[in-house]
Amino acid sequence: MSAFPEPLTSIAVPILRDNIDTDTIIPSREMRSTGRTGLADGLFAPWRYTDAVTRTPDPDFALNRPEYRDARILAAGANFGCGSSREHAVWALAEYGIRAIVAESFAPIFRGNCIRNFVLPIALERTAIEALAGREISIDLEAQEVRSDAGDHRFEIDPEAKQMLAEGLDAIDLTLTQASAIENWTAHDRSARPWVYWEATA
Amino acid sequence: MGRTLFDRIWETHAVADTPGGATLIAIDRVFLHERTGAAALGRMAELGRVVRDPSRVFAVMDHIVDTRPGRGDGTLLEGGEGFITETRAACKAAGITLFDVNDPGQGIVHVISPEHGIVLPGLTLVAPDSHTCTQGAFGALAWGIGSSEAEHAMVTGTLRLDRPRTMRVQFDSALAPGVTAKDMVLSLIAKHGAGGGAGHVVEFAGEAVRALDMEGRMTLCNMATEFGAMTGLIVPDAKTFAYLAGRRYAPESFDGSYWHALTSDEDAAFDREIVIDASAIAPMVSWGTSPEQAIPVSGTVPQGPERAHEYIGLEPGAALAGTPVDAAFIGSCTNSRISDLRRAAAILEGRRIAPSIRKALVVPGSLAAKRQAEAEGLDAVFEAAGFEWRMSGCSLCFFAGGEAFPKGSRVISSTNRNFEGRQGPGIRTHIASPETVAASALAGAIADPREYVREEVPA
Repeated sequence: MSAFPEPLTSIAVPILRDNIDTDTIIPSREMRSTGRTGLADGLFAPWRYTDAVTRTPDPDFALNRPEYRDARILAAGANFGCGSSREHAVWALAEYGIRAIVAESFAPIFRGNCIRNFVLPIALERTAIEALAGREISIDLEAQEVRSDAGDHRFEIDPEAKQMLAEGLDAIDLTLTQASAIENWTAHDRSARPWVYWEATA
Repeated sequence: MGRTLFDRIWETHAVADTPGGATLIAIDRVFLHERTGAAALGRMAELGRVVRDPSRVFAVMDHIVDTRPGRGDGTLLEGGEGFITETRAACKAAGITLFDVNDPGQGIVHVISPEHGIVLPGLTLVAPDSHTCTQGAFGALAWGIGSSEAEHAMVTGTLRLDRPRTMRVQFDSALAPGVTAKDMVLSLIAKHGAGGGAGHVVEFAGEAVRALDMEGRMTLCNMATEFGAMTGLIVPDAKTFAYLAGRRYAPESFDGSYWHALTSDEDAAFDREIVIDASAIAPMVSWGTSPEQAIPVSGTVPQGPERAHEYIGLEPGAALAGTPVDAAFIGSCTNSRISDLRRAAAILEGRRIAPSIRKALVVPGSLAAKRQAEAEGLDAVFEAAGFEWRMSGCSLCFFAGGEAFPKGSRVISSTNRNFEGRQGPGIRTHIASPETVAASALAGAIADPREYVREEVPA
């Protein structure tokens, strides 16, 4: 997965429900290997198909409607991504092509998983989301703005997440630049809290 | 200004500030399971990354492992065996301690971590599993992460974190008889919403929390994630130290000023405070498809989102008690420990579940809990009542695509989630305490457990 595409312009597919959980985004039964791929087909399986086995599409579900076929942005309600910590939920969304989610709020583990997979979680007021849903919108990460012909909205994102998304940075590589600080801390901690380290307490 | 327990743990573990404004927080323990852990280990191997300190990483088979007696690596989930064999091989290659399928120490990750003394007060502990917050009951900062963050924690020994806000949820006075930790947390979420704790570390405090045993405290903290919180936390006390002392990975004793300083000062300030009168809480049962859609068992279904009513098949104004159920489940990281099994068995003893119940399961949270229950004869009580007695694991807490409840079932369940399809496509789940599950299985309909409790016979 590459850095966040700038600017991202797409129709925002509306799935305006609260508490959309990660079991619904990708059911456990759709996680068929230990890898991160092969998940797009199972995205929203309980809502997308009238029969998950034969993959019969439910014509009423937004992802199946022709006008939203190539959507790269999702519009949802409060507490999006609650439930299981399975990162497969973000992997499935990203593999399907979703690169940003506009919602009233996000569950914390899901939000963290988004950042690490370069999917942008944007929290906005409910009225703003309702106005944006179903429209073509443009997201400017640098300016932290969502723009559409229904109006513009500024969003908040912490500087570190913004940098990781914009530059496609790997968090592990970033942290390893501070390896000496970690070494120093650990050396001190081994004497302060020996019970944490098995060798020291054996 | 005083400091909170969270402040103390955070400050002890702060390694460095990052240029982007986050903090590198040292991680003392990582715990993996076969469903999401294998993905983390596989990716690390692919990228040539190694575990910094394998002695502080643990893994267990719990999520998709079969819970039928005589189990091996095969699972009812198509392709499930691959998760088990890949996790086993990856743990071996990385030098990680694994509690394998039939290891006597096997069980659900959050149940066995305290049993082995892997979680300790004041530690940071993470797992790619949202219910890791369960272990906050021991005064540790324990929370769920994704697979990528699990890789990060294993490779660097740290995580990059923005400092969360703090919240204290104080349960004043004492619980009424027949009311449990599960009812406490369901009433909190019902009142303040499934996102009510978002952005916060929640410290549970007050008389009713101190009165809980360690297993009740685990149940309370288990559902902090259903409250949207980063995690739950309880200040350790004599009960905490007594539970852990001498366990396999724990110190022999917790004497010493370090352990007793793990507390929140009286004048410590929290960003938010919620006070609840515990004596006013009744047994709770969920009526809808979010844990926030829960009411006292004697209540009537309120007006909720149309979709929730449609899925669960209950109209506003309907009485919850008396709603027929088809299946019953006692298990999960919320309510599968020995005290849960004892309380449910006390209600079931000498009785038989309603003939209309088509499937009823008891799945102990660990093989240790299972052995203990069998030593006390509880397995015989459950079986005589009509429940199946299983090996330990997550089992039908969620639907992995193998074993299922009968099509269209309404299930009374001691689990933590009542999401659409959580226990299988179209399955309707009502979450409640183990005693409410037992009482409802006897009645064949959602029932108030207080009507089934017998008078205590003096010893």
